[in-house]
Amino acid sequence: MNIDWAALGSVFGVSLVVTVAMVGVFTLGVVGLARREAAVSRQGGTALATTGACLCFAVCAAVVGYGIQLIVA
Amino acid sequence: MEHFTLLLGVVIITALVFDFTNGFHDTANAMATTISTGALKPKTAVAMSAVLNLVGAFLSVEVAKTISGGIIDEDGIRTEVIFAALVGAILWNLLTWLLGLPSSSSHALFGGLIGAAVMSAGWSSVNGSTVVTKVLLPALAAPLVAGIAAAFATRLTYRLGRGTDEKATAKGYRAGQIASAGLVSLAHGTNDAQKTMGIITLALVTGGVLSPGSNPPVWVITSAGLAIALGTYLGGWRIIRTMGKGLTDLAPPQGFAAQTSAATVILASSHLGFSLSTTQACSGSVMGAGLGRKGGVVRWSTATRMFAAWGLTLPAAGLVGAGAQLLTEQGTWGTVLTGALLVGGSGTIWLLSRRQPVDQHNVNDIGSAEPAGVVTTAIAAVTPPPTAAQAAEAAATTDTATAEQAPPLRATA
Repeated sequence: MNIDWAALGSVFGVSLVVTVAMVGVFTLGVVGLARREAAVSRQGGTALATTGACLCFAVCAAVVGYGIQLIVA
Repeated sequence: MEHFTLLLGVVIITALVFDFTNGFHDTANAMATTISTGALKPKTAVAMSAVLNLVGAFLSVEVAKTISGGIIDEDGIRTEVIFAALVGAILWNLLTWLLGLPSSSSHALFGGLIGAAVMSAGWSSVNGSTVVTKVLLPALAAPLVAGIAAAFATRLTYRLGRGTDEKATAKGYRAGQIASAGLVSLAHGTNDAQKTMGIITLALVTGGVLSPGSNPPVWVITSAGLAIALGTYLGGWRIIRTMGKGLTDLAPPQGFAAQTSAATVILASSHLGFSLSTTQACSGSVMGAGLGRKGGVVRWSTATRMFAAWGLTLPAAGLVGAGAQLLTEQGTWGTVLTGALLVGGSGTIWLLSRRQPVDQHNVNDIGSAEPAGVVTTAIAAVTPPPTAAQAAEAAATTDTATAEQAPPLRATA
């Protein structure tokens, strides 16, 4: 019996890292948007929160795009 | 020749029926959490999943070359064996749907193939170590990998999101969840519709209609894609309810973490050379997300029933497949009888499901006070009738399979 432990290990490692990173980045984006809304209602500055949120969502969109490419390829 | 064409036609139709059950059995994988957190309305969710499954069926360029991935010896496999295997897989898919238990459609197909092949050519036709590496180990690893990833992701997202307004963030989480669910649907369409195409192509090759090594004709691709999309659109609401509400209660951040973990595990596993089952990965990630939140609970009674169904999938579908093979070996009347039993069994299961219909209107209603209620009553409803009904149909073979399946489920109830 030939179990490919290396492949299983890499699936585990990659899944863990990518999932946590994706969820982390996306959460930062969501939190950024929420802060921005709060800042708007307080009439504070929104530039940083907006840029940060956009950046986070752009990263997520890129990863989703890569995922689609993996499916199609 | 006449007889052979009939058998070939029956196999193609049965393969499409299996594809259809595969679709509605696996809608839950992509859409259960999306529906339970309210990210999408139930009908919208299944419609989106159906479209993506259909698109996925046309996207894949590489067609499944083997239907079992080396689990059984496919050299000189006969059309009857494929038919018997499909009968086993379809009946097990329908039974687990009736009980609302998510179980792997591919494992059901493998089980049916193993049973039919053993009955046809003996134990030597089954590659035991491939069963371990391609079925048993992935079944154990998938929920663990996806569950651990989802648990960590849930913990992280709650920590990062501390101090923000829950209502303001929920919208964002739901949008993210829809994207992850879309990826799962697309991946499902490419993988599973492809399997059916592989089966039909193999049957056409063995029947001498296609030359060996040829690509599936367009009508095969189209019909396989449509069958899986139609199944997905009808929605296996019973399984969606178990996965979205029965295992644990999911808030939008958890649903997002669970679905993202499932999508990542499915994509990573299919591209790093260690294939993990989609259903197990999705169920595992839902439980992981449940455990990752402070104070989150997993309903272990429901989870145990699901684990039992996973363990039974291979032997149960195998027994039915073996029985069906025994019948088809008797000649044309045996094949016709097997077909009649398949239709009768499916009809019985459908009639039983009408006693307590679950559809898009009540998919999210589950009394949290009695978490096991739905499944318990479903089991109570199903346990006596199938045995009686199938005995009446003189299906000695399917009968033993039902008897085999029922007691452990009853014991855990």
